[in-house]
Parts: sequence; C-alpha cells; structure tokens
Amino acid sequence: MLILECPYCGVKAEETELAAGGEAHLKRYGPGSSDDEFHDYLFMRENPKGVHFERWRHANGCGKWFHAARCTMTLEVFGTYPAQTTEPPQEICDKITAKRPGWSWREFSDGRKSSAA
Amino acid sequence: MKRYSVFAVAREALRYHTGWERAWRSPEPKRHYDVVIVGAGGHGLATAYYLGKNFGITNVAIIEKGWLGGGNTGRNTTIIRSNYLQDPSAAIYEKARSLYETMSQDLNYNVMFSPRGVIMLAQTEHEIRGYKRTAHANQQQGVQTEWITPERVKELVPIINLHGPRYPVLGGLWQERGGTARHDAVAWGYARACSDMGMDIIQKCEVTGVRVENGRTVGVDTTKGPIDCDKLGMVVAGNASVLAEQAGFRLPMESVALQAMVSEPIKPCMDVVVMANTVHGYMSQSDKGEMVIGGGTDGFNNYTQRGSFHHIEETVRALVETFPMVSRLKMLRQWGGIVDVTGDRSPIISKTPVENCFVNCGWGTGGFKAIPGSGWAMAELMATGHSPLTEEFSMMRFREGKFIDESVAAGVAH
Repeated sequence: MLILECPYCGVKAEETELAAGGEAHLKRYGPGSSDDEFHDYLFMRENPKGVHFERWRHANGCGKWFHAARCTMTLEVFGTYPAQTTEPPQEICDKITAKRPGWSWREFSDGRKSSAA
Repeated sequence: MKRYSVFAVAREALRYHTGWERAWRSPEPKRHYDVVIVGAGGHGLATAYYLGKNFGITNVAIIEKGWLGGGNTGRNTTIIRSNYLQDPSAAIYEKARSLYETMSQDLNYNVMFSPRGVIMLAQTEHEIRGYKRTAHANQQQGVQTEWITPERVKELVPIINLHGPRYPVLGGLWQERGGTARHDAVAWGYARACSDMGMDIIQKCEVTGVRVENGRTVGVDTTKGPIDCDKLGMVVAGNASVLAEQAGFRLPMESVALQAMVSEPIKPCMDVVVMANTVHGYMSQSDKGEMVIGGGTDGFNNYTQRGSFHHIEETVRALVETFPMVSRLKMLRQWGGIVDVTGDRSPIISKTPVENCFVNCGWGTGGFKAIPGSGWAMAELMATGHSPLTEEFSMMRFREGKFIDESVAAGVAH
C-alpha cells in the first residue's frame, strides 16, 4: 500500500486517504499556442517505468494538494513537497539521484544529462 | 502438428500418453523476419495468427520478454461482450465476439467459450437511460442486446437482491451471446496455430531497443541479439509507452494497475456474468466454482503488477448489497495487471510516426474480449496498410478531436 507524507499537516497518509491527481508540473497552453503544444498538453502524459512526479490531494485529511516523487516500478517514494512550485526542489532531486543515478523525467534529470534532455 | 480429437485422446490413452507433442516450438531467433510482433499475449498472437491465416505472411517472429500469455491475458476476468455504444467499438468488439464463437474449431484447441450471457445492471435512473440508449444503438449496429426488467434479472440471477436500500436493481442490459472463455487457452491455442504455420515464438527475450533508419523501422535489439524486420508490430499493453519511446515517439496513454480476485470454490449458483458498474464490481462463476470478481483501476501510474488489500475490501463491499451471499465467501487469490488507459478509454490500433511500425495498445480494462477482433484488424492494417475496423482507432484521433468516448458509454468497468 502506498504511503505518502502530507507536506502540510505532516500526516503519513495511506492510499485510501489520498486522491491521485496525475502528472505534476504540467505547462498549460491556451489560445495562441500551436496545435502540437495544445495536443500534448491535453492528451500526452508522461508514463515512465521508474521515476515519476505526480500531484496528489490529501482528500480525507487536510484537503490540500501537494506533489510526490515516486518510482512506478517499485512504488518507492522519494519524497513529497508542497504544491507552490513549478519544478521539483533540489533536495528531492538529490534524494532521487542517490537512489536512481542517471534518472531523467521530462526536462529534469540528475544534472549530468540535463543538456541532452 | 497433430490434431487434437477424440481419436487422439483414445490413441494416447492406449500408450500411456507418451505421444503428445509440445504445443509450440521454442526456436532460437533468426536474423531476419518479414514481420516482428513484440508481445506474445493474446493480442500479439492473434495478430500473428491472422497475418498467416488471412494474408499468408508466415515469416513472423513473436517476441516476449516474459512467458507467453503471462501479462494481462492471464490476469483478466475472461468476460466477453460487445454491448458498446459507439459504432467503431461495437464493430470491433462484435467482430471479436463472433470470432470467439468458432475459435475452438478454427484453432483445433478448446478455448472453452461459454456464451452464458452478460447482464449489466442498472442501479440508478441514469443507468436506465444509458443502457436503454445502448440497447437502441446496438440494434442499429447489429449487436444483439436487450433491455430487461428487474423480474427477468431475478430469474436469470436467483442470488441477486433486487431491493437493496442504496442501489436497488432497476433493470439491466442483457447480451445473451456474451459470456466467458478460458483465457490461457486463447493464448495457447493461437500460439500452437502460429507455431504450426512456421512462425517463431521467442519467449524470455526482451526488446532493448527499436532500430529506426531514415524514419523507417529496420529491426529490434533484444536480449537474444539483434533481429531485423520489414514491419514491426508493438502489442505490449502496459509497456507500450516504454517501447514507443525506444522508437522515438510518444503515445497518449498511462499505465495503471487493475485488480481482480477469486473466491473459494462453491457449488454452481450463478450461470451468467453480472456487471454492476455503479458500485464498481463484476462477477461470474468459473467452471471450478470460484466466483471471479473484478473491480476498478487505481488512479495513479504503476508498473508493479501487484494488487493492494484495500481494493479487495472495496470491491467485495460493493458487491455485498447486491449479492448478500458474497459476505460469507472467503477470497482465495488476488492479483494485479498493468492496463494501458487512453484519454477516451478506447484502444489505439494505428500506424505510427515511424514508417512500417504499427501499434496496438490502449485496450485498458477491457482487452481480453477483443483479442480475436483486435488481431484480425491489426493483421489487416499491417498487411495492407488499411483496415475498416481500425480507421477510427488511429492515434491521431486525439489531435482531430474524434474521440470514441466509451468512458461514458460503458460506465466504469470495461
């Protein structure tokens, strides 16, 4: 069972207390964007086998949205962090790098490959 | 291939069953094939079978990283039905259902197709309207379904409680020729027929890279060495995103876990399949007597092929009001599979941005029932570049806004 610590109330909440909210840090595209950008924003989602960043809501708790970094292959949780950010904090990235050297997710990575991504 | 028949059984009985051959060969891969199919599940094997049977293409390899039929083909609840609302879905699922009718004879392999009938219960006013609409649509599409009253539901399913306080049974959508089949036998039957046509089924061989030159697929790299091919078919369900990335394109889908379970075996008590979509559960009784129970998917990306305990509780709880006897059943086994879900809950059977590379995925929570139809259509698409059954299921439909919106039409449990 998946257990995430809510970064707001500090509760270690299990799956039934939480609602999954899909991919984190989406860039929103609206009027004036190209068809490709709009298509990808609406329908394309990261679906990695490994490191993934997601939005979650502490639905049956404090009710607040937050972010989580997780491995989709092992259900290992690397960390959770507040929603008021557009990219994963360095501290979380470092934690992932310690466990999954060479990881990358969208434009984010362990730093060594960032120019390639 | 020696044919299976009553005479074969008698002959083998007289010589202590020493003469049975292996159902399919396990050869080492050749360097080149006309067609390589990645994924030896039901859909992949069916694709290969119809490539051979309908189009005479038999220089085919089917590559599987695990064991044959060990993914979602071996992890579903074996329900077969075609009562979909949208025309393109009804067409391909009905094609599949009709192929199931004669599959045992076609393959000379008993897939135990049991057209015992499928009821989808209406337990809210909205469902009544929804299912009546589906019944009308099905009439136009040539799919045999009908709207039935609660009394008829009770006749068909004596163990049901019609007058639950929260979710009374208000009627149902009844497909008499829907039912179940033995899921492993479907994979094994296709595998045996493919092997007999000279196709190579290569298990425990993982694809590690897709080789693309000048926008064309030229082959795959595998753990058993490189294999060249003229055409490549990706039929790998939950792993489709991973494989597509190797070929350099993206798919509009996400992989999530779907779970099911069986109870201890009990005496025959329900000889139809019942789906209760409002409360999120569906149930049938296997030939062994186990109640086969399925629920809904998780809401988050997952590749673990594991289940979770709270889902057992959630699914069984959902069924207890409608089937009070379930409360006294012990659950025996539970498992999870990784399903590939698209934005409109309909599959993708499509050409891709890479030439000569085809993809068949996105069957989500309802792939087993579609196996023969999906293979038939995918084979036609791969052999001729065009299939009337797959036209609407292109991966470009999202860009064009031409969704096949079955997430609404079929409720939740596909």
